[in-house]
Amino acid sequence: MSVLVLADHDRGALSPATARVVGAVSELGPVDVLVVADDPSAIAQSASTLSGVAKVLTAKGSSLADGLETLLSTLTVRYHYVVASAGSVGKDVMPRLAAKLDLMPVTDIIAIRGPNSFDRPIYAGNAIQTVTDNQLRHVLTIRASAFRPAASGNAAPIEALDNPVASAANLIATHRTESDTPDLATAQIVVGGGVALGSAENFQLIEKLAKKLGAAIGATRAAVDAGYAPNDWQVGQTGKIIAPDLYIAIGISGALQHLAGIQGAKKIVAINTDPEAPLVKLADVALIGDLFEIIPQLIAELDRLGLKR
Amino acid sequence: MKILVAIKRVVDHNVRIRVRPDGTGVETSGVRLSMNPFCKHAVEAAVQLSEAGHGDEVVVVSIGPKTANDVILTALAMGAHRGILIETDAALETLAIAKLLAKVVAEENPDIVLLGKQAVDDDSNHVGQMLAALTNRPQATFASEIKVVGQGVEVTREVDSGRETLSLPLPAIVTADLRLNTPRNAALPMVMKARSKPLAARPAAEFGVDLAPRLVVEKISPPPERVAGKTVDSVAELAAFIAADVSNMEAL
Ligand SMILES: Cc1cc2nc3c(=O)[nH]c(=O)nc-3n(C[C@H](O)[C@H](O)[C@H](O)COP(=O)(O)OP(=O)(O)OC[C@H]3O[C@@H](n4cnc5c(N)ncnc54)[C@H](O)[C@@H]3O)c2cc1C
Ligand SMILES: Nc1ncnc2c1ncn2[C@@H]1O[C@H](COP(=O)(O)O)[C@@H](O)[C@H]1O
Repeated sequence: MSVLVLADHDRGALSPATARVVGAVSELGPVDVLVVADDPSAIAQSASTLSGVAKVLTAKGSSLADGLETLLSTLTVRYHYVVASAGSVGKDVMPRLAAKLDLMPVTDIIAIRGPNSFDRPIYAGNAIQTVTDNQLRHVLTIRASAFRPAASGNAAPIEALDNPVASAANLIATHRTESDTPDLATAQIVVGGGVALGSAENFQLIEKLAKKLGAAIGATRAAVDAGYAPNDWQVGQTGKIIAPDLYIAIGISGALQHLAGIQGAKKIVAINTDPEAPLVKLADVALIGDLFEIIPQLIAELDRLGLKR
Repeated sequence: MKILVAIKRVVDHNVRIRVRPDGTGVETSGVRLSMNPFCKHAVEAAVQLSEAGHGDEVVVVSIGPKTANDVILTALAMGAHRGILIETDAALETLAIAKLLAKVVAEENPDIVLLGKQAVDDDSNHVGQMLAALTNRPQATFASEIKVVGQGVEVTREVDSGRETLSLPLPAIVTADLRLNTPRNAALPMVMKARSKPLAARPAAEFGVDLAPRLVVEKISPPPERVAGKTVDSVAELAAFIAADVSNMEAL
């Protein structure tokens, strides 16, 4: 049973999500990884080191859905599974590919129970659906944060395809958030801020604590809508899904759409003025009080304890 | 220009759902249902385009039981011109929904089809992309801005790394994210007026589409419960907890 994984990449580097997708599906069969980028070589090189990878295929072009659909639909005949992470590219292209092949995809998989049995969350994670997919081929997206990354140390061969990847749409601008914090979706620690921060300047308090902990930064939709944080920091049903070892939620009430994004967190810490906030009730450890007093003290205290990351 | 908007009636996003103890599904009887929030943003976008002179007609379509009429009426009250209900009592998979919508696209030939990016019940995030494949149209998913420019549209999308803007020729498929706009609450006169707007109900069977499910849902279970935690009294205790947790983390 052969598997094709579409690689995720950003700024010329392989995204951490891909190692997790490969880790998740390598039990299904030998994995080929497809890298589609303007300059795929460095990305392909990283992908070739992942254990479980038999071969890396490369193609030049953009990652827009219609172009990827055309390329993937020609490659699919060779595979039983075509898989991507449930990131913005995978969500964009995989349902399109599935419909083109007259297949029903299984998306946002959080557990693989067997060759054709998968768990996926519905209702913002308040229910888990177990499905059996008896179709001849399987088009899947994987929630990367739910799986452990494949090890490295492999040296799979790299093969360039000569299919050009073209789209009817044109990418005319990108607006990215410049930040040197870890990748939110796969970070080990995440510090999240809510609308209680009150301004973009105040949100820097969250960033300061995150820096101290070597953590990624998350935000609620309310904080993003208010312009305190960029959209790619949003955590929740409609933002990023995270599964860190530690999530520190500051000034966040814990609306069910936000909770949908943090169910995979191992430990949750909440800082909130309201002892009745749902996130306080759910947290492993909560401190009731004003975040503007607590965060500076917390940073000082972590310094005193000599915490280094 | 003609705009088609697909809207779904779902369990209201404020309802805390309950999984049936026998694993057969989620309790939906006696629960408030309303228009999927993302679809509201799609309707609002279509109405705004029409008000700006870009859409002569905004047609809304919903697939579901007879009661799905109420979300069509909501969309008509928001300013859509005409509604189509494709009636079925079956819970259809997204592929079947996309195939039915493709038939409507073939009949109506809209320049833009707007959909929500995802339905908050099944959380699939499929139908817009599937419809784009079936109708062979370019797509811009997760839109936070739509501008008509010349003969095409420029759509800003929310993506993992921030935002990006695509330019697409028409006809095209666009799916709406929540920051696209602020959906209006229709005033009472508009609600009254909506009742006199054309609304056609047609049985799903009429479209000659294979609606049989492809996947077998074995069971629906509640998510694992978290064990209740504790409240600490001081920043020092909190810091000690965090420091201990961090030092126990296995290095990645
Ligand atoms: C379809 C849909 C999808 C959505 N998707 C998402 C999503 O993906 N992610 C998401 O986050 N939301 C999402 N939302 C929004 C969600 O419903 C909530 O509105 C949002 O999460 C609330 O954000 P918040 O916790 O920052 O704000 P609030 O709910 O206003 O909470 C602020 C909290 O801060 C506390 N506080 C106030 N002042 C202080 C202080 N000085 N110190 C400490 N604590 C303080 C308050 O007690 C309160 O608990 C979605 C909504 C819908 C309808
Ligand atoms: N039953 C339906 N009737 C009309 N539109 C639908 C239906 N189901 C899904 N859609 C559209 O497809 C979008 C995405 O839904 P989904 O792929 O199910 O997450 C929704 O926001 C709607 O715009």
